Amino acid sequence: MKHLISPLDLSVSELDEILDLAESIIQDPKKYANVCHHKKLATLFYEPSTRTRLSFEAAMLNLGGSVLGFSSADSSSAAKGESVADTIRVISGYADICAMRHPKEGAPLVASKYSSIPVINAGDGGHNHPTQTLTDLLTMKQLKGRLNNLTVGLCGDLKFGRTVHSLINALVRYENISFVLISPEELRIPTYLREEVLEANNISYKEVNVLEEVMPELDLLYMTRVQKERFFNEEDYIRLKDSFILDRKKMEYAKPDMLVLHPLPRVNEISTDIDDDPRAVYFKQAQFGVYVRMALIMKLLEVEVC
Amino acid sequence: MLNIGGLTKGIVIDHIAVGGAMKIYEYLNLKDMDCSVAIIKNARSNKMGKKDIIKIETFDINIDNLGVWDSNITINIIENGVIKEKRNPRLPEQVTNIIKCKNPRCITSIEQELKHVFKLTDREKGIYRCIYCEQAFKKY
Repeated sequence: MKHLISPLDLSVSELDEILDLAESIIQDPKKYANVCHHKKLATLFYEPSTRTRLSFEAAMLNLGGSVLGFSSADSSSAAKGESVADTIRVISGYADICAMRHPKEGAPLVASKYSSIPVINAGDGGHNHPTQTLTDLLTMKQLKGRLNNLTVGLCGDLKFGRTVHSLINALVRYENISFVLISPEELRIPTYLREEVLEANNISYKEVNVLEEVMPELDLLYMTRVQKERFFNEEDYIRLKDSFILDRKKMEYAKPDMLVLHPLPRVNEISTDIDDDPRAVYFKQAQFGVYVRMALIMKLLEVEVC
Repeated sequence: MLNIGGLTKGIVIDHIAVGGAMKIYEYLNLKDMDCSVAIIKNARSNKMGKKDIIKIETFDINIDNLGVWDSNITINIIENGVIKEKRNPRLPEQVTNIIKCKNPRCITSIEQELKHVFKLTDREKGIYRCIYCEQAFKKY
């Protein structure tokens, strides 16, 4: 039985299989409308989430399955002090597969060790969020047509942003990927990612703190939010925050086919001015999140389409 | 330099990074040992500038996992007042309940019964990461 805890749990060929299946679902969703009939997805959300939980539930419902679960620790036995290990052993008897979000890093890995059903990590603190990575990759593959030969700009909070870390880990396995890392000094990628992932794999990258000057080079721009609380002082935040806001003026420097992705929720880092720009694909990206989760559920449940 | 009497028989843990001697002292539970133990802090070192050293007058300690604490140390086995053997520390691929994850965001911080398991992720630098949160173990 397979779980999905880290984006690196999937080999490149397994990843490609999931993305291919997601693309088949996009082309003919009706064909998959009942493949999970009588199957149940448990959504174990120990902290609130809107899009991840709903996209998992939408994915299972689209496959003809059903869903059960809880959406906060307060409404689960965790409030009574039950361990993750005990919870998953019980839930294993109620559902066929589960998606777990937990504020503590590594909780889904603990669950996977005691579970008799596949466990999907739906986000564990600031650590991993593999289905967001799958969503990002499907968006790139669908709208860019490839996952290799890309110059990828990552902008915003690159220090704490788990989606950025997971995406870098996933993309370095494809050919001819280079990164442009755009962030304030204080929010650069962690040293281990620079040394153990980028440099260890001979990946070309540069670190800059001005978005405009690198816009013309990019095939993709992945935006993340720069959170005020990450700065040491308000003065720095005020000085830097506008450098990392994408607006119509900055988009003028971009290639005509550059795509803008964002894991959402957006606050102010992407101006609503560019929502109608065809290169702004973050809402499509959210939609792809449902398809890729459908494909993932099918793969983990080993459901075949006749 | 401070002179500490030579050891006739026992173990000298040399080239400990400055500040590490007390951590290793605690890990080896040397406070409960009956034998002589010398801790030398901030000793001059050509190789490291400064270093810590521990001299222990017994072989009756488990030094198998010392590399997890500090991969650069040297373990000298002393017999009859001379170095009989110099050992580099062993770096096991995985250790359980030898070191503890200190990341407050890690699941081990709230679930006390979980074993603290670390994997070696960089043999050259001797970096161990918690299998749950992947945070590197900070030695000192």
